[in-house]
Formats: sequence, C-alpha cells, structure tokens
Amino acid sequence: MLTYISIFITAVFVNNIILSQFLGICPFLGVSKKIDSALGMGAAVTFVMLLSTIVTYLLQEYLLEPFQLGYMQTIVFILVIAALVQMLEIVLKKVSPALYQALGVFLPLITTNCAILGVAILVIQKDFSLVESVVYAVSTAIGFTLALTIFAGIREQLTLSEVPKAMRGIPIALITAGLLALAFMGFSGIKIC
Amino acid sequence: MIVVLTLITALVGAILGSVYQLTAEPIALANAKAQEEAIREVAPQFDNNPIAESDTIISNGLEIVVYPAKLGGVATGAAVKAPTKSGFNGEIVVMVGFEKDGTIREYRVLSHGETPGLGAKMEQWFRTDKNRQSILGKNPANTDMSVTKDGGEIDAITASTITSRAFLQAIKTAYAAYMQESVDAVSGSSTQTDAISGSTTQTDAVSGSTINNNNGEEVTNE
Amino acid sequence: MNKLKIILNGIITENPTFVLLLGMCPTLGTTSSAINGMSMGLATMFVLMCSNVVISAVKDVIPDKVRIPSFVVIIAAFVTVLQLCMQAYLPELYKSLGLFIPLIVVNCIILGRAEAFAAKHNPFDSLLDGIGIGLGFTLALTLLGGVRELLGTGKIFNLTIFPEEYGALAFVLAPGAFIALGLLIAFVNKLKTK
Repeated sequence: MLTYISIFITAVFVNNIILSQFLGICPFLGVSKKIDSALGMGAAVTFVMLLSTIVTYLLQEYLLEPFQLGYMQTIVFILVIAALVQMLEIVLKKVSPALYQALGVFLPLITTNCAILGVAILVIQKDFSLVESVVYAVSTAIGFTLALTIFAGIREQLTLSEVPKAMRGIPIALITAGLLALAFMGFSGIKIC
Repeated sequence: MIVVLTLITALVGAILGSVYQLTAEPIALANAKAQEEAIREVAPQFDNNPIAESDTIISNGLEIVVYPAKLGGVATGAAVKAPTKSGFNGEIVVMVGFEKDGTIREYRVLSHGETPGLGAKMEQWFRTDKNRQSILGKNPANTDMSVTKDGGEIDAITASTITSRAFLQAIKTAYAAYMQESVDAVSGSSTQTDAISGSTTQTDAVSGSTINNNNGEEVTNE
Repeated sequence: MNKLKIILNGIITENPTFVLLLGMCPTLGTTSSAINGMSMGLATMFVLMCSNVVISAVKDVIPDKVRIPSFVVIIAAFVTVLQLCMQAYLPELYKSLGLFIPLIVVNCIILGRAEAFAAKHNPFDSLLDGIGIGLGFTLALTLLGGVRELLGTGKIFNLTIFPEEYGALAFVLAPGAFIALGLLIAFVNKLKTK
C-alpha cells in the first residue's frame, strides 16, 4: 500500500509530469486559458492515459516481450494510442452524447500529447507491475490536471494585467509556468518509505 | 484503405526487423565495452577476464555483480557493480573498485537519474580531495561510510543529502558483497563455473543468498 | 535561389521554436546543456529529413483516409531506426536524452511538416524543407541550452566562462527552462516588431 501512496505523491507533486518532466507542454500552453476547458482536458487525458497504459502494458508483456519484438515498441504504442482515441470518440458519441459534448473537442488533440506515450513507455522502463502502472498513470493524469487547472487560473487573472507588448501571449505564459515550477520544486525531497 | 495501412505497417515491420538484426550486435558490443571500461578504470591491475569470472549475488532483491581481479592467478581485489533504489530520482548504479583488503580504489557511476548540478555531482564529489568528501583510499571496515549528518565520516554533497545517502548505501552494499565473495573464495565454497550453460545457481549456506555464476553475458544495467 | 529560400524559411521565417512555437516538450526537456540541446536538434533533424522525403515520395499511393496513420507509422519507423543506431554507436548520448528520443514520434513539428509541406511538394524540396526546419530547431535548442548552461553553471559547451559558484542553478533545473525560453521568445518578438 505504501508503495502506491509513494507513487501517487511522487507523480502528482514531486515529479509533476508537466512542471518537472516537460511532457504534455502543448496542451498545457494551448488549452489553459479558461479553468473550464482545463478541467475538461484533464478529464479526457486521465481517461485516455489510464486506458492506453493498461493496453500498452499488456501488449508489451504478452506480445512484444515473448516474441522479442521490443524494437517495435514505439510504432505499436503510438498506433494503439491513436486507435484508442478514435474508438473512444466513436463510443462516446453513441453511448453518452453529454460526455462527448464535454470531452469531444479535446480527444483529437490527445493523440499527439506526448504525456500519453511518455507514460506508456515510462511504466515499462520503470519495471512497474500492472497495478503500479495503473496507479502511476492515474496519479500522473491527476498531476497533469492539477498543474493545468492552477495554470489556467493564473492565466485568467493575467488577461487583466498590463504586460509589455513583446511578452504577451506565450512568453509571459512560459515565465508564469517557470514560477509555478519553482513553487513545485518545494515538494522535491518529500519521500515516503 | 485498411489494406494499404496494413501493407505499410508490415513493410515497416520488416525493415525494422532487419535494422534490429544489423544493430543487435553493435548494441551488445557497446554495452559490453562500457562494462569492461568501467571495470578497467576501477579495479586493481589484472590479467584475468573479470567478466567471465564474475559472480552475481542477489541480496534484498538487488542484483550485485562482483568482478574479481587477478594478477598471475593471485587475487588483487575486485570491481563490484551495485545498485540502490533510494536515489532522489530512481535507481543509481555504481561500479566500485576494491583493493584486496577492501580499501576503495576508485568508483564510477554507471547510471542515475539525479538532478544535473545537484545530485549528479556525485560523479566528481566523492573523489575530490577536499574536507571529508573523498571516499578513495578509505576502507569501509574502519570508516563509517555515512554522511556526517547521520554521524558518519563522509561529507554529503551540498543540498543533495538524499543522493549522498543513496550513493554511500550502494558503496556499502558493494563492500558487503565483496567481503562475502572473498570469504567464500578462501573457504573454498565458491561456485563453479558451468562452461556449457554458463549459469549455475546454488545457495550459499553461510549468508543464505543466491549466487549466480555467469559467463560474461551480463550487460550494463540501465 | 528558390531552393535556398526553402532552407532559410525553416531557419528564420518559420523557425519551429521561436515563430511556430512547436515541439515545446523536447525544447524544454533536453536543453540542460548546449551539447544536449544540439544533439536533440540533430536527432530530430535526421527523422524530419527522412520522413519528409519518404512521405513526399509515397504521397500519391496513400489513400486520403489513412493519410495521418500512415505518416505516423513512417515517422515511428525512422525514430526506431534512430533509437537502435544511437544505442549501438552513441550509447552515452542515448542515455542522456533518454525518453525524449522515442517521443520524437509525437513531436508536432514532424507530423506538421509532413502535412503542410511534404504532402504537397516533391521529394527534393521536402528534403530541403527538412534540412531548413531541422537546422532552425537545432539552432534554437543549442541557443536555449547554451543560455541555460551559461546562467546555471557558468559554462558553454563545457568551456568555463565564469566560476560555477556564481551560476544560478535554477536555470539548469525545470523552472529555468520555462523562464529562459519565455525570455528568448519575447526577445525574438521584440526584434520582429522593429
């Protein structure tokens, strides 16, 4: 149990996927102007990250490794993620139009979110078990949502302030992200067990 | 359209398969070379083949490899590869060279995920002869290999106590494995190399840990 | 002259990092030193050149509906080739760039150029575009890596400029990546408006 809590704390705060591992920066900068859309994106990422990690983990364990096809990892994983996102879109449209309304717009953006592929590869590199991988994927997604939401909150305020012309848009967003990363560095060193 | 995609994937798979075949040997060679260089740098002078004579010890779920160094058939010390999982950001693997009596001769950090500028300084820090930083020339038998903060005799890296603790832990693990190994050698209970399978496993009655002889196919731990 | 224009376009007018703002993850993640930034740029450039040429060569054979998946497969193939070759011949570098090598697959620059350029032009022009954009990316990463390394440790390409004690370590760590890139882009914006 302690291992799972440790994985959770590390993935959400200490090694936050965006602010210390630099994965998923594109949606971080792109979909962070409003808190609502940040939460929607976070939910969509959590959903896809969980599903894709489970599928890629099982594929690695029962297909790639037994047949020594480790070198096909990148291709197989990215195809699985792309297919999964497509399927999810179709299923959501049929089963729950309300949920599709909420998450639909974010789904196509997720295929090229490197956090998804990154986590799928990381759990293999870290030699996690299936349960550990699931915990890691969910915690990472929560960390992603947390950083995205905080950042969106700051950016909503930022629109009200006077920013030098050359700094407007992405530059000031990046510097804000830097300060946020600095704040998250305060968590470093926290370790359970 | 599915046919086209399948065709492309199949074609790509075939191409990658052949590239994999072509690079498999250089990759294995590169790994073996990195291993050999690290041993050469840390171990005392030797004229045997430490990789072929290496012993793998499993203790507490960690895999420690002892590469004995011999000159003219006489043991001169060893290089020991030891990991620790308590690094700041995951596993740290070190290769430590011991003189025959267990004095630390030299070390190399084989792989780590520590922060550049902080924990990553361990590659230089513990060999720098300043204050009580250096571990070279010290013998863990009569030196407390812990950071001064914990009452030991080694200065931790500034602002990186966790990394320093983990590093020294790995050194201690390596030392324990080396001592166990040399005791085995003296008492004659060391494992026999099986030339055909290259990997006999037997339980060491003294320590209760498993010793695994291999014939040099060990590759660098990533 | 037209050919030269394609290359210059990638380096200056459509610089992927400073103007198009694409491929931010490797830009921030691998630039803790100038040499790491440069290696990542060159690795990306290799994949970009190969995928651009192949995609523009096969573009007429691929039906429109499976265009994107096919492109992704082709890109992933070159990334894997790069991965295997680096493991074999540059193991040290492969270790220091780590996860970001397989993640070249999802670098938006590569798929973006495949869609925007290679799918519409002939293989030779696509190659030039790959070289141009690749060089632009490499230059940007080297510059960012250099700035961070200098401010953080007082060195550039391991050459000491000022003593390490005066460096602000934060620039080598995560926050410095964001701040340095933000300031560099602001600087480029300033130059553009003049």
